[in-house]
Amino acid sequence: MSKKPTAKEATTTAAIDHAQAPVNARLTPEERIELFRKMVRIRRFEERSLRAYQAKKIGGFLHLYIGQEAVAVGCCSLMGPHDHVITAYRDHGHAIAVGMDTKPLMAELYGKATGCSKGKGGSMHYFDPSRNFWGGHGIVGGQIPLGAGLAYALKYKGLKGAAMAFMGDGAVNQGAVHEAYNLASLWNLPVVFVIENNGYSMGTSQARSSAGELAQRAAGYDMQWGQCNGHDVYEVRAMMDKFLTLARETGKPSTVEIDTYRYRGHSVADPDNTYRSKQEIEEYRRTRDPIQLFQDKLLAEGVLTPALAEQIDTEARAEADVAADFSEASPFPTPADIQTDVYWEADNPSERRSQGRLFFT
Amino acid sequence: MPVITYREAVRHALAEELERDPNVVVMGEEVAQFNGAYKVTEGLLARFGPQRIVDTPISEAGFIGVGIGASMLGIRPVMELMFWSFYSVAFDQILNNAANVRYMSGGQIHCPIVIRGPANGGTNVGATHSHTPENVLANHPGVKVVVPSTPADAKGLLKSAIRDNDPVFFLENTMLYGEKGEVPAGEHVVPLGLADVKRAGTDLTIVTYGRSVLHSLAAAEVLEREHKISTEVLDLRTIRPLDFDSVLKSVAKTHRVLIVEEQKPFASVGSQLAYMIQREAFDELDGPIHRLATVDAPAIYSPPVEVEQLPNPRRVLQAALETLA
Ligand SMILES: Cc1ncc(C[n+]2csc(CCOP(=O)(O)OP(=O)(O)O)c2C)c(N)n1
Ligand SMILES: [Mg+2]
Repeated sequence: MSKKPTAKEATTTAAIDHAQAPVNARLTPEERIELFRKMVRIRRFEERSLRAYQAKKIGGFLHLYIGQEAVAVGCCSLMGPHDHVITAYRDHGHAIAVGMDTKPLMAELYGKATGCSKGKGGSMHYFDPSRNFWGGHGIVGGQIPLGAGLAYALKYKGLKGAAMAFMGDGAVNQGAVHEAYNLASLWNLPVVFVIENNGYSMGTSQARSSAGELAQRAAGYDMQWGQCNGHDVYEVRAMMDKFLTLARETGKPSTVEIDTYRYRGHSVADPDNTYRSKQEIEEYRRTRDPIQLFQDKLLAEGVLTPALAEQIDTEARAEADVAADFSEASPFPTPADIQTDVYWEADNPSERRSQGRLFFT
Repeated sequence: MPVITYREAVRHALAEELERDPNVVVMGEEVAQFNGAYKVTEGLLARFGPQRIVDTPISEAGFIGVGIGASMLGIRPVMELMFWSFYSVAFDQILNNAANVRYMSGGQIHCPIVIRGPANGGTNVGATHSHTPENVLANHPGVKVVVPSTPADAKGLLKSAIRDNDPVFFLENTMLYGEKGEVPAGEHVVPLGLADVKRAGTDLTIVTYGRSVLHSLAAAEVLEREHKISTEVLDLRTIRPLDFDSVLKSVAKTHRVLIVEEQKPFASVGSQLAYMIQREAFDELDGPIHRLATVDAPAIYSPPVEVEQLPNPRRVLQAALETLA
């Protein structure tokens, strides 16, 4: 079963030049290069993490985002001070896109105390509230009501912002997602539900898991929706700008389905030989790689030179190596750390109001 | 001191905390316009308006998830579950998201959310509506579990719960909503994790909580009157954090322990208590720890038989006599 081709691929990619969309037209050359740099940094970070995994430095799961970089980078590049992000377990791209330092990100994979979650969350559970990034969630679809809740808080406090709640194409079949859709629409919560449609939920193609179009389900909840090509960072930005503006200005939620593709298996545990062909992957790499496409665009725009592209790549590889070295050199948490960060009260003993035992043996 | 019902005590706590902190929001099914399925929130909409008192659709996973997300950004939602029994459809939100998000973020986040509602049997509503999940909830480090038995405790503990920065699950009881008691007006705060000796005694300790406190007090009367047995009734009031020092103190005094709980016996709150007592007060015990729980089956509907499935004064009395035999 191959990835289901969708109609909009034929209609949208060629017809409109998304570079001309106001949100893109006003980008300075530096900002364009920064978008490119972020995508390259994500890819090199993940390739480096895969090598660390293969060297048995990393435990558990590792869900790579390679191929999908334009989605997180495009969406997060639009964030204002009161915009927030929450996503699922394929979260490395979003973390880098919101501006997190790659050293603590890599260290988290290594299970080190210097990790962004002190080695307590792992690959699937990156967080950085200081950058409005609320995770990193392991249960398919479970983060979506939380995303609506972030929007609820924005609305309650009268702040002009929006929450972006990311999920995969498989998550749209979870009840919690639909409950969040209904509440967001019923209560006018400023949230954009972003479906990163990479065609597969683990080894199950969209055609084998979902009836009908994914984004269109939003219509049943009286929500606006859109679909776009996620291989072009300009197109992602153009589409998301529209819906983020809708959310910020009118409080209205929406659903955006972004067509994308992952080159690697679902996780590193997936041998990736049962549900799609090597040719399909090759075809995407060759014709729709988001980094290559954007590099070509920026070269054509005269914003990027081959030398600068090369330099950015070299720096990104070096950064990933530095992150790995940092992780290698960092200490593991100790057994004494197991029981910190469980209760706010236990971590703030001078402000504790309750009494009695919080922990048991 | 004013005498009010348990229901009114909960309502007063809500109203006072809504008044005190503009970030407190009451949310749930039928809490606003309908005045509450059990009338706990009666009048709050009229007083605080729809921004603060929010009716939700029948969508527990959705609205509790929204509450948790909002709490991460500093809102202090007090969510009503019409019955705690319905927690099962929101289990992932409650026990994955609220319970774990602080830990998984390495302490960067906290969720000051309260989820409250009745959790009890005895109302002839069958197995789906009669769950008592305090053991299941308390099994999750990161959460707090409160089980008030009296109007005064209900008010004082709920005020503490709302001010707490960790997720607090507050388990009320529909059979107690009409019970009356003296409750201080205005600021009356009972800290979480503090047990209360509801009756002092020297021969037997009954460790209990929730409505079983009332049954235990009734049985203690009979034990005193007809058997000359002096019973101490210790009301835990909070399951987690647990005031185990008070348990140890009482055991050191009476040397005999009966645990009474409206819980299915397997891996219950009482199981945990019995383990801890034998581990930490073995030498104080003059006999095995006994435990009276709900008879181990799904909640039966048949009204006269359901009374016998749950702890009741007669069953507590019998269990007490067996403990001392
Ligand atoms: C509730 C739940 N069921 C199953 C899983 C196991 N699982 C993890 S990811 C995944 C596939 C999800 O696919 P999709 O939503 O398309 O996201 P993608 O992995 O493609 O980013 C599955 C089945 C899970 N983590 N949570
Ligand atoms: Mg997918």
